[in-house]
Amino acid sequence: MTYRPRSSPLHAARAGAACAYCLALAFAALTLSNPVALGAVTVAVGAAAIGAQVGSEVRRAALVALPLAMTIVLVNALVSRDGLTVIVRLGDLPVLGHTDITLEATAYGAILGLRAFTLILCGALYTTAVDPDQVLRLFRRVSFRSALTATLATRMVPVLVRDARRLTDAQRCRPGRPPSRVQLMRAATSGVLDRALDVAAALEVRGYGVAHRPPRSHKPYSRHDLHFAAAAAAVIALVAGARLGDLVPFHAYPSLYAPVGASVLGVSIGLLVCALLPFADRRGIER
Amino acid sequence: MNVLEFDHVTYTYPGASAPALDNATVQIEAGELVVLAGASGSGKSTLLRAASGLVPHFHGGAFAGRVVVAGMDTREHGVGELASVVGTLFQDPETQVVMGTVRAELAFPLENRGESPSTVARGVEEAALALGIAHLLDRPTGELSGGELQRAALGAALAGRPALVVLDEPTSQLDPVAGDELIGLLRRCNEDSDTTIVLAEHRLERCLGAADRVIALIDGRVACDARPDEFLAWAAGAATELQTPGAKLLSGVRTRPVPGVKRARTALRERGLLPEPIDQGGDSVPSPRTRTTARGGIVHRRRAPEPALEFTRVWHELPSGPTILRGATLSIRPGERVALMGRNGAGKSTLLRHAAGLMRPTRGRVRSAGRVALLLQNPNDYLIHETVSQEASPGALEAVGLAGPAFADRHPRDLSGGEKQRLALAIVLGDDVGAGAQRGAGADADADEGSVAVVCLDEPTRGMDRGRKGDLAQLLRGLDAAVLVATHDPEFAAAFADRVVLLADGAPIADGPVEQVLAGGTYFATETARILGGAGHALTPDEGLVVLEKLLAAEVIA
Repeated sequence: MTYRPRSSPLHAARAGAACAYCLALAFAALTLSNPVALGAVTVAVGAAAIGAQVGSEVRRAALVALPLAMTIVLVNALVSRDGLTVIVRLGDLPVLGHTDITLEATAYGAILGLRAFTLILCGALYTTAVDPDQVLRLFRRVSFRSALTATLATRMVPVLVRDARRLTDAQRCRPGRPPSRVQLMRAATSGVLDRALDVAAALEVRGYGVAHRPPRSHKPYSRHDLHFAAAAAAVIALVAGARLGDLVPFHAYPSLYAPVGASVLGVSIGLLVCALLPFADRRGIER
Repeated sequence: MNVLEFDHVTYTYPGASAPALDNATVQIEAGELVVLAGASGSGKSTLLRAASGLVPHFHGGAFAGRVVVAGMDTREHGVGELASVVGTLFQDPETQVVMGTVRAELAFPLENRGESPSTVARGVEEAALALGIAHLLDRPTGELSGGELQRAALGAALAGRPALVVLDEPTSQLDPVAGDELIGLLRRCNEDSDTTIVLAEHRLERCLGAADRVIALIDGRVACDARPDEFLAWAAGAATELQTPGAKLLSGVRTRPVPGVKRARTALRERGLLPEPIDQGGDSVPSPRTRTTARGGIVHRRRAPEPALEFTRVWHELPSGPTILRGATLSIRPGERVALMGRNGAGKSTLLRHAAGLMRPTRGRVRSAGRVALLLQNPNDYLIHETVSQEASPGALEAVGLAGPAFADRHPRDLSGGEKQRLALAIVLGDDVGAGAQRGAGADADADEGSVAVVCLDEPTRGMDRGRKGDLAQLLRGLDAAVLVATHDPEFAAAFADRVVLLADGAPIADGPVEQVLAGGTYFATETARILGGAGHALTPDEGLVVLEKLLAAEVIA
């Protein structure tokens, strides 16, 4: 799963705005606990992925995230001793001791699982829709080398995966007994070191060693830059306001409290509108 | 004015016993296009790395003498500072492209210099237009083909408009079309912007026509520094392994060698050695090539034996991706030596992987008469032991010429490029070298799984000099098993193959005896065939001489 330029409003926005948008959605997922509001954030991220034409990539990330979310639900239900409404009595279990599964622990586990799931979707959206080279350019004024190291480390992963695949293929071509894991590991390590040296030499001859702090860019803001920056600000403001004003109340313990009132519905709908409105304007997105 | 000066430079890599450059003195003027010639290990790459400052700043080692690039002494200026005046392109494009998109890659060196956004944007646009890659600017670098990636890397080297560009075998991984295009682009950049270009190449026939000067290195010393035709005249006497096929052909008829196909033809015509016009089909002159078996006997027509390897309507369609093989049908007889050619992305490597069972066809069938030994592009991937003797059986090492105490205890990664290639070949051949072809014909694949029926090699001559290619061709001709080699090198194909299969868009488009396929085209043809216009289907200089004699004799009679 990597970034590819596409014809979408989110791809057309500058990295700073797109980054802020993804962060705003992640902030909403981290801040909101009410299941309806948190569900609205999840829906918003999924719909944004579809709007950004990265739906299939984000769906693949969702398939990976789902087992993790289920595990969180299960673990919280098994280990949490809080909650008043017992739904299953498991009795004495090895390691865990006396275990009662409560409705509250299960529900809170579900909220934690949904939050982790949504955060992974936000990460997938960021990875597939925000240009890492622009992000590097964004951060190079702050700390160029750290930003470049982070970018290169990310870019080296698929290169090393290809190397590993090649090494495996070569070993499959060997007749007789396959080599031991230690031998393979040694060969792979030396290959990685060779790769790193080559990349280091390439960086040197491109002038990385004397990298200067770049001048500030004065690229004019496009409509999509403004839309996504405004959407990010609106989402953050809405979520912060809802949290401070206790408009989306939720607590799991000691007994479950998750009302679905007008305020919760209002915040959820507002969040969806703010998050998805920038995708309505599709002018100037063709690459 | 000199852009690059080497003043008595001697350099030894850390841990090396002999210097890679030995008292090298070179001056290159602004606007020149200079080709560096020499066998593998002669010091070409080291000279280029010294020009870019990597030697000694990056590699360490013992350095004596002085290198001045555009007025900057490399002892006083680091690689980063020198990057503003020298652009560098290495052999492997995959390891030198560091950014996510072509645009970012081209902008990277300019941004490192702290240029303003408008200067960066302009530099990117100009480099992209000069190299014809404007349409690739927003493409992710991970999705580019080898040729596109090499162009992007060249764009990054040119983006800052450096005074000097040094290139280390930039065409070694490209097909003939992409390779010729790259050389043409370099010549154009050199002419348009007066950029000095220094280019190290093994396939000299590809670039001598564009060069102003040739510097030949032997054991780290400058052995010749002359114009291309003077270099070829020198090579005819002093370093025959550096002669181009065209130069060999001209020397054979006692004509002063000249670079380039057109000039070679003109030289032959001026001496009345090449009738005009040449018969393009070449059918009027019998081919001097005699088709032989691996053991050297003449091929006699008889009932076709069971194939050693057979592809029947093989398709390979990637899930959610393109179709790589489109109903490829191909049959290889026991002992037959086949060159598989075609441009980058034609499906050559995929076909070989299907042969060895590394990939399965989505449709169709692949059958072999025994084990298929596949040597992939990078021999390093096969080397996992501490000594050569641990890597392969004594019989296999003997077959590839690596037997004996001189090699037994050496570390595989300390071998030269050609030796590594041969060791990897020994590894995939296994214990039963030669048994496969003798027993493999018609045998059941499952019952005879251990014996080698076919040896497949994927681009084995990348970065090899002419001498090593000759050794490898001889080795392949000595194997009993059928041989299938994917290659971009028509000279190498002419040296080892009986038959050439030309692949395009995943299916064979030409399949025939080597002398027919390689003599009939432009890109997939040897230099001799191009000079002679395919006359007599001559592929090598020796065959060309025979054809010229026959042509002249026919003319005299007429």
